[in-house]
Amino acid sequence: MRLRKSDACVIDGETEASQLAEEPGSGVVIVGGGHAGGSVAALLRQYHYTGSIMIIGDEPLHPYQRPPLSKAWLKGEADAESLLLRPASFYEENHIALRLGAHVERIDRSAKTVVLKGGETIRYTTLILATGARARRITLPGLHLKGVLELRTAADADLLKAALGPGKRLAVVGGGYIGLEAAASARALGAEVVVIERESRVLARVACEALSTFFQDYHRAKGVTFVLGAGVEAIEGTGGVAEGVRLSSGELITADAVLVGVGAVPNQELAQAADLTCDNGIVVDLSARTSNPDIYAIGDCTRRPMPLYEGRMHRLESVPNALEQAKQAAAAITGRTPPLGETPWFWSDQYDLKLQIAGLPFDATQILIRGDPHALPEGGARFAVFHLDAQNRVQAVEAINAGPEFMAGRQIIGSRKPVAPSKLRDMSVSMKEVAA
Amino acid sequence: MAKITYITHAGDSRTLDVKTGLTVMEGAIKNNVPGIDADCGGACACATCHVYVHEAWTDKVGTPSAMEESMLDFAEGVKSNSRLSCQIRVTDDLDGLTVTTPESQH
Repeated sequence: MRLRKSDACVIDGETEASQLAEEPGSGVVIVGGGHAGGSVAALLRQYHYTGSIMIIGDEPLHPYQRPPLSKAWLKGEADAESLLLRPASFYEENHIALRLGAHVERIDRSAKTVVLKGGETIRYTTLILATGARARRITLPGLHLKGVLELRTAADADLLKAALGPGKRLAVVGGGYIGLEAAASARALGAEVVVIERESRVLARVACEALSTFFQDYHRAKGVTFVLGAGVEAIEGTGGVAEGVRLSSGELITADAVLVGVGAVPNQELAQAADLTCDNGIVVDLSARTSNPDIYAIGDCTRRPMPLYEGRMHRLESVPNALEQAKQAAAAITGRTPPLGETPWFWSDQYDLKLQIAGLPFDATQILIRGDPHALPEGGARFAVFHLDAQNRVQAVEAINAGPEFMAGRQIIGSRKPVAPSKLRDMSVSMKEVAA
Repeated sequence: MAKITYITHAGDSRTLDVKTGLTVMEGAIKNNVPGIDADCGGACACATCHVYVHEAWTDKVGTPSAMEESMLDFAEGVKSNSRLSCQIRVTDDLDGLTVTTPESQH
């Protein structure tokens, strides 16, 4: 059977063609070519979806992995090919059409089309929004100066990489994961690094105090300078080029480049304009469905139910979440059994530290530390922080170089079973026994 | 290039040419081989790329690092020939390697 070109997807060749639908304008259109968008397209084919699939992405690149941008990519340890989620040939072989460097301007729900910048309309049967999040922009004089950077895309990472090296000085505004990972990579490249944080500790929004202290000490031992509890007044420069960060105290932190990493905001404007329910993220259910049954949303742009946490709604910025929701959407679209719920998790690599976090400490009333958080780099740091609720159920675990604590922790969180704190605290009791 | 054979839990088999230097996990992901999730992209952080290495190859593939071992310890259905495929780098010596994916990665 020979296929016609459909409105939504250009299909060439006859491989598996007999299985593909040929109705013009039918199929899945995915807005956003990041980790979520690329993954859901691949999963749909893995689940034998036979309609057309098109990914519309505003970046010029094939779907790629963002986590290495602040780590291996920045340090020059990964090449462009290894960054790609799948090789370029994959999309052709699997009849996944790519419209790269294209921007969707609006969704027409009644016509079931998306309208691209320039006016072209593309029809969909099912729409998946995988629009991601963007770096939060603070209002600050001097943000336009050359050398003021953010880190979200490969293009951002290239600019940052070019600004780093021996003798260069990087100021990081914001002591979150992006800032700390970039700081660690910048040190590896020989640059001097100053991290400026508004709160009194780094990772203030996302980690407990013990972990913040540990990371500060570790980074200091690696040569990073911290300015904590510091407001930023402006970024200053001459001739259009940034030269430093002026603090509220009046002090000037000189720098060749300034990385601003102060959080992310969901790209929900398209959904909002199409009257989809949004609330700091496009609101979806456990099938990743939005308030319109023909439109799904996955990844950083969504606000989703958290079944392990009394069904709370939450926005997760993580690859595991993007993949979980990609599975939910692909299963719903192809009529498969919904995937089992997963315990949310995150990871971060800094120097030789592997931080793995499982769960979220929404209802935690107590913190319990297993191992020694004061052991310094040379001693081989290895510990975990457990967050327990009033019934001694583990809500979250933050593990440093501690695989068993993370893996067992993830299982215990999922089981919702109470644990014995005395055992959990005791390193001589194995995590297997704690989890039993 | 090395030929790597991936067999799913259900018994479906695919043999692929995987570039040396890539990992066995990358060979699977880049070719959409089902049964390997690799949520973390190869950071040895999630144990969702668990495979069973066929007996004839366990020596050539080598033994897991302490970190990998501790992750594997808690993976579903772990056996003596279990490995995380993101930690197996493809070399010419591994031409012909066969791995089987477990029933589930989660």
